[in-house]
Amino acid sequence: MSTATETIEEFVNKEYKYGFTTNVETDTIPPGLNEDVVRLISRKKNEPKFLLDWRLKAYRHWLTLTEPKWHHVHYPPIDYQASIYYAAPRPKKVLNSLDEVDPELLKTFEKLGISLNEQKRLSGVAVDAVVDSVSVATTFQKDLAKVGVIFCSFSDAVQKHPDLVEKYLGSVVPAGDNFFAALNSAVFSDGSFCYIPKGVRCPMELSTYFRINTANTGQFERTLIIAEEGAYVSYLEGCTAPMRDEHQLHAAVVELVALGKKSEIKYSTVQNWYPGDKNGKGGIYNFVTKRGKCIGENSKISWTQVETGSAITWKYPSVILQGDNSIGEFYSVALTNNYQQADTGTKMIHVGKNTRSTIVSKGISAGRGQNNYRGLVKIMKHAAGSRNFSQCDSLLLGDKCGAHTFPYIEVRNTSSQVEHEASTSKIGEDQIFYCNQRGISTQDAVNMIVNGFCKEVFRELPMEFAVEAQKLLGVSLEGSVG
Amino acid sequence: MNQKPLLEIKNLHAGVENKQILKGINLSLNPGEVHAIMGPNGSGKSTLAAILAGRAGYEVTEGQVLYQGLDLLELDPEERAREGVFLAFQYPVEIPGVNSAYFLKAALNEIRKHRGESELDAMEFLALIKQKMKLLELNEDLLKRPVNEGFSGGEKKRNEIFQMAVLDPKLAILDETDSGLDIDALKVVAAGVNKLKRADNTQLVITHYQRLLDYIIPDFVHVLCDGRILRTGGKELALELEEKGYDWIINQEPVTA
Repeated sequence: MSTATETIEEFVNKEYKYGFTTNVETDTIPPGLNEDVVRLISRKKNEPKFLLDWRLKAYRHWLTLTEPKWHHVHYPPIDYQASIYYAAPRPKKVLNSLDEVDPELLKTFEKLGISLNEQKRLSGVAVDAVVDSVSVATTFQKDLAKVGVIFCSFSDAVQKHPDLVEKYLGSVVPAGDNFFAALNSAVFSDGSFCYIPKGVRCPMELSTYFRINTANTGQFERTLIIAEEGAYVSYLEGCTAPMRDEHQLHAAVVELVALGKKSEIKYSTVQNWYPGDKNGKGGIYNFVTKRGKCIGENSKISWTQVETGSAITWKYPSVILQGDNSIGEFYSVALTNNYQQADTGTKMIHVGKNTRSTIVSKGISAGRGQNNYRGLVKIMKHAAGSRNFSQCDSLLLGDKCGAHTFPYIEVRNTSSQVEHEASTSKIGEDQIFYCNQRGISTQDAVNMIVNGFCKEVFRELPMEFAVEAQKLLGVSLEGSVG
Repeated sequence: MNQKPLLEIKNLHAGVENKQILKGINLSLNPGEVHAIMGPNGSGKSTLAAILAGRAGYEVTEGQVLYQGLDLLELDPEERAREGVFLAFQYPVEIPGVNSAYFLKAALNEIRKHRGESELDAMEFLALIKQKMKLLELNEDLLKRPVNEGFSGGEKKRNEIFQMAVLDPKLAILDETDSGLDIDALKVVAAGVNKLKRADNTQLVITHYQRLLDYIIPDFVHVLCDGRILRTGGKELALELEEKGYDWIINQEPVTA
């Protein structure tokens, strides 16, 4: 049995420990995936027929696909039959105090400057100020309702706004798009749904934190964001605290629809999934399909991400620039340390005229980390007058890590412009010594230099996220300089 | 006057990769003094500076260095800096992406923290450096740039002395600060260094040419040749060297004041 299968088995058994001691009826199903499981999921969630059909179609298609192998990451084979695909949303096992939490975790919380209440929430300790979080969330919901913004869990959206879901689900990432998207489409559990009506600038940053949902983070999350003409929303996904989950494989799908003219969606991610231990054991596989479609003229979609976690990351947030003059942006910092592997990048597909895209990818490799940038800039025949600017910079810390760049450029008209710059650098000993000689420790010097390296990307993050991201980078790079 | 020396170098032997560069250096620096070290190329001047600052890659084979009674060679470079050792680099390195003001504030606060003083916030820091910038005739714009990035040679050297002014070291080692400078830049740098001289700090000026010493007047001049101090004298020694060349010293017997 492969290590991955053993690990999944181990974790699967753990679930029963936390299990349903108060419920008579066990609300999980045995491991394995087949059509009945898909039907069961849909039934349990009380979904309308269109969605069940959609899931089944996706599942049947998944069966015909083979797991992709072209990427530059290596992992033992995943046994898809060993996972449990349905578990009723249940409260996390509640601990009584922070003393019961893994001290390593607490140390990280401290370094990240995470408040006590937040620490409790993240580690499953009963939050004293329950009233506070409920009231905060309530005020928040009121403000949104006032302007007509819909922000709720995906499951809620299926019940309350099935028409919107039916119209746009799969419109950006069709179920047949790729192996993991197909799997996700068949068995997705929950996620976020967001709809911004015409002319509305969403009054606050939306974040997964505010989604009232006591469920464990799903293995197969599904998110859909729709912005009408002139609408604007900034959405924050993720968490700087190390997210440990029972499931090793995470295959989420995120679809952004910049529907109307001048609509704009800004999607920021700071992700710190459990990266595995110093020897590369354990760790989450983050295989996610994220894509945005700029349908409206002059619409805009920006992806900003800081990825420091996961044992293996495989994601290419992309933008299809359909509307004329639309803009796609991708700003990314990806860090790999110890034995982490990342194959990440973006796809910018220029379909409309005068479309623009900007790609700034910063890869930092430390330890034995392997960082791969894979990007596609495709300018279609009728995308006259389009422009792309790409910058891929790699920073290598130490001599056992690696950085590889795989840029793909396809231009099918003669009036467009594509610029690609790339650089690879190390932090020089002279630079570290200069900092030392001014009283700055080597670790602080590395942090300073790495932050300088990532500045352009951090600038694009909403403020609090940027501060957390900087701290996170510092914590993740600790001990990386020998 | 029975002061305790700030820096005592005792019989220092050091080298790199099996090559001996310093072959028995003895030097004693007291607070309030300005010492100059002159010597031909390859004499070991920069090696001495590097070893005092704690640069890796050198091996000390014999001898001891005491700084304020501490064993200097046992301390990490950043610890030495926090104890008040400053090196004005001969070739200051660029650090892209790291803002100069941010860098200097971080450095100053590390030193203040070590001394048990409160750290300065951005406003207090800016107020402090404004006057020091004027002293070194540095444009405020420079501080907005990454460390040394896009600085001319003269600006880099002035930036070194500017940092010295802000960090206020006890022992300032100036490693060929005059190299690459025209006479005007040289005067500005020297004036800056002179302004920083006090009764409780020491300056060790390493130079190849006598010219700098017209502006930074040394109390003692040591001539370093082939890893040894051959002669020590007052400021007149520098003028004699200028006139007669290094060979004149090398061909004489060693004389120390």
